[in-house]
Amino acid sequence: MRGGEGAEPLEARLAWRLVAPALAIILLVALFPLLWTVWESVHLHDLRMPWLGRPFIGADNYVEAFRDARFWGALAHTLLFTVATVTLELGLGCVLALAMNRAFRGRALVRAAVLIPWAIPTVVSALLWRFIFEGQAGIANTLLVEAGILRQPPVWFIHPGLAWVPVVLADVWKTTPFVALLLLAGLQNIDASLYEAARIDGASAWRQFRYVTLPLLKPAILVALIFRTLDAFRVFDLIYVMTGGGPGTSTEPIALYTFNSLLQNLRFGYGSALSVIVFAVTFALALGYIRFLGAGLTETRA
Amino acid sequence: MTPRSRWGTVALGLLVLATAFPFYWAIVSSFTPEARLFERPSLLPTALVLDHYRALFTERDFWVPIRNSLVVAGATTAICVTIGGLCAYALARLRFRGKAPLLGLILAVSVFPQISVVSPLYLLLRRLHLINTYPGLILPYLTFAMPLTVWLLVGFFRQLPAELEEAAMVDGASRLRALREVILPLALPGLAATAILTFVYSWNEFLFALSFTLGPERQTVPVAIALFRGQYQVPWGQILAAAIVATAPVAVLVLAFQRRIVQGLTAGAVKG
Amino acid sequence: MASVRLAGVEKTYPNGHVAARGIELEIADGEFMVLVGPSGCGKSTALRMIAGLETPTAGRVLIGERDVTALPPQERDIAMVFQSYALYPHMTVRENLSFGLRMRGVARPVIGERVENAARALGLEAVLERKPGQLSGGQRQRVALGRAMVRDPKVFLFDEPLSNLDAKLRVETRAELARLHRRLKATIVYVTHDQEEALTLGGRVAVMRDGNVEQVAPPMEVYRRPASVFVAGFVGSPAMNLLPGDVRPDGTWTGPGGLVLPLAGPRGGADVPARMTLGVRPHDVAIILPGAGDATARVDVVEPRGSELLVHLRLGADGEGGELRVVAPPEQAIAVDTAVGVRLDRDRLHWFDEPTGRRLE
Repeated sequence: MRGGEGAEPLEARLAWRLVAPALAIILLVALFPLLWTVWESVHLHDLRMPWLGRPFIGADNYVEAFRDARFWGALAHTLLFTVATVTLELGLGCVLALAMNRAFRGRALVRAAVLIPWAIPTVVSALLWRFIFEGQAGIANTLLVEAGILRQPPVWFIHPGLAWVPVVLADVWKTTPFVALLLLAGLQNIDASLYEAARIDGASAWRQFRYVTLPLLKPAILVALIFRTLDAFRVFDLIYVMTGGGPGTSTEPIALYTFNSLLQNLRFGYGSALSVIVFAVTFALALGYIRFLGAGLTETRA
Repeated sequence: MTPRSRWGTVALGLLVLATAFPFYWAIVSSFTPEARLFERPSLLPTALVLDHYRALFTERDFWVPIRNSLVVAGATTAICVTIGGLCAYALARLRFRGKAPLLGLILAVSVFPQISVVSPLYLLLRRLHLINTYPGLILPYLTFAMPLTVWLLVGFFRQLPAELEEAAMVDGASRLRALREVILPLALPGLAATAILTFVYSWNEFLFALSFTLGPERQTVPVAIALFRGQYQVPWGQILAAAIVATAPVAVLVLAFQRRIVQGLTAGAVKG
Repeated sequence: MASVRLAGVEKTYPNGHVAARGIELEIADGEFMVLVGPSGCGKSTALRMIAGLETPTAGRVLIGERDVTALPPQERDIAMVFQSYALYPHMTVRENLSFGLRMRGVARPVIGERVENAARALGLEAVLERKPGQLSGGQRQRVALGRAMVRDPKVFLFDEPLSNLDAKLRVETRAELARLHRRLKATIVYVTHDQEEALTLGGRVAVMRDGNVEQVAPPMEVYRRPASVFVAGFVGSPAMNLLPGDVRPDGTWTGPGGLVLPLAGPRGGADVPARMTLGVRPHDVAIILPGAGDATARVDVVEPRGSELLVHLRLGADGEGGELRVVAPPEQAIAVDTAVGVRLDRDRLHWFDEPTGRRLE
């Protein structure tokens, strides 16, 4: 019955006064720069060649990007990374959430174990895993050889294909627990009497999962899926620190290529065009998010 | 124990083990002499030395990045929690036209890829002569920290019953007084959890710190560690020691407030 | 103390929901007015507009002689007891009770004295230093009451204050509220969905429906002379029987299941509508031998209620004529699925116009 808006002029005036500073900051540091990026992307702007000025060149930067093999490579790497990590994280996260949902002793320990990898800087987790897989005599190689899984220890980071293994592993290690927490929250929201009702109706454990858990967990799964997809698509820190995009550019994601175009090559026009492309893809994904779940999240519940 | 719950326990045991191992290994290695790091590594430590930690603070001046990170993350958090807190209160509690689009805008900004605004922020900071300064980091940090803070706090404020401040207003308090005397004390745990999350995000941030600093005097902890790598040789012992030092405060904060943090993080996931 | 007046008050929410359609209501100084109605009828919105928690879309709200329509709650000098009590969980009982006085800048010694007095009157002295979380439901309710009392406001507003109490405590608190009103002689506006609570507490009762006030009258009048079909059906338990029927040219009314009643006196005149609804309370129908009385019916269900029986009949010899609820004395032997006769108390019949539903005299 309540929860409307407008009609209370005093309240509305106060509300805008309270909202204004934060809104101004968001406009200044997020929206305005974003528009500026779009503006830059249709200009030639090379900080190494300031004498060229900043002429308008229309879609030339975008055309260049679409003809740029390194751009397509970076996009493919990003996609590969996204699909691999998101699949692994959601699958493992689901299993872990189901395991955590059972009452047991040491729950606090598990939750702590789950939170710490997520809370530490990505730079740190990248370095930890780089160290584990470093050289031929790192601990990973030593253990794999001792366990008889590998005969000849590889040098992970000089091989274009193998370099992905520690990268994906590091991301899965850092974020799977977090996904599990999200799903666990969803699981705990399911009324236990539903399982009792399903048991009385004679549903097996699998059917309880299939017909009770999964449908009711869907919103949580979607949120986790989209959060993770957006994050994975923007991957930068992890790869910058672990491989630097190498060997060569074989693990370079789109965010890293954009960064290199901007701050290594100082090609601001071209880099901005890449930025806009990253933004467009992310925004499309985010729109899906708002479409699927945002209605429930942004509805006014005053 | 039923077989199913036994499998659950096994899964969780493995989880704890897999989570802990890299930390264990990093800690052990950070106390191992550099020369023995890659020489037939063994899971149990054979010789423990403090060399790397000593070098970290004497040769490397690791205090500088720690100070930088504290200043930048602290200031960002303070700004976001106060300004964002007021905004979140209005969004969670007051009735006004344009609330839904505003929430939508904040949600949209919170998923902005940082890389999309690096170029204009760089040009802007350069024009304002803020490259390689504290404000030159705090300002960009607001792009991700402000929407995050507002979003989390809206969730916390909404959990408080509206009747409490209605009662306060009927009792004669103005909106702002009701906010101060009734809502704020009750929202304190939520504010604390939000502050910690904002601090952790800012402490961990890498891309902006890498882009908008030029030398060690303003580098934050993640940038400093990432750039430890020498020209020809990687000082792994020091890197790992630094990693442990950078992780410790975050780990302590998160452990102390784990319950609240989990609540704040998962609030969005269960509604909908 | 002061009177309260709602003058043509309308409230439309931005989502299009209309909660008040021109409410006219005058509450006299010192009166105990109960707003009652089903959920969604606008009674809570009306109360919240008196409190200043909602602003009307049109119309005016007056407290005493003052137009308070645009004033925020803190400037209206009212006190409100919420359904959830809304006690401040981080404050002790003493702090809860003094909050309103503190906000109004009352001197510290005065606050102390008034809080002590209220605590004594409500039996809360022992728990003054506790927090709401440590109190029982009844104690919380009394703290909420005390918070309103210490303020000595112009008007007390109650929003379903008893709905969170168990049945026994509710009856006790109801009596306590009545005593409180007698002692304070305060103007009280009280919202409830429970018609029994409304009848027992109200000096006058305003029955609301769909954003309108259907009837304002003392409780017994609302019960004896309901102004509309809606009020008739809403007030009283078990609910009044409402039977649709046609008026014949010969001046009789023909209802379901062969029920035929003569329309006495002036009702036979030319202004009689073609269709009328008959209202008769279950207490005003007697079950007699089949063949006798006004109609025949079949016994469907018999519910023993201790002091009486509630009998559900189906009108007509074959039971096709719709339901009729009858209250019978507990000693009467009534067998399920048998035929009985019914006799309606001619002095206690209510006639309503169709389709307007308005009462006909």
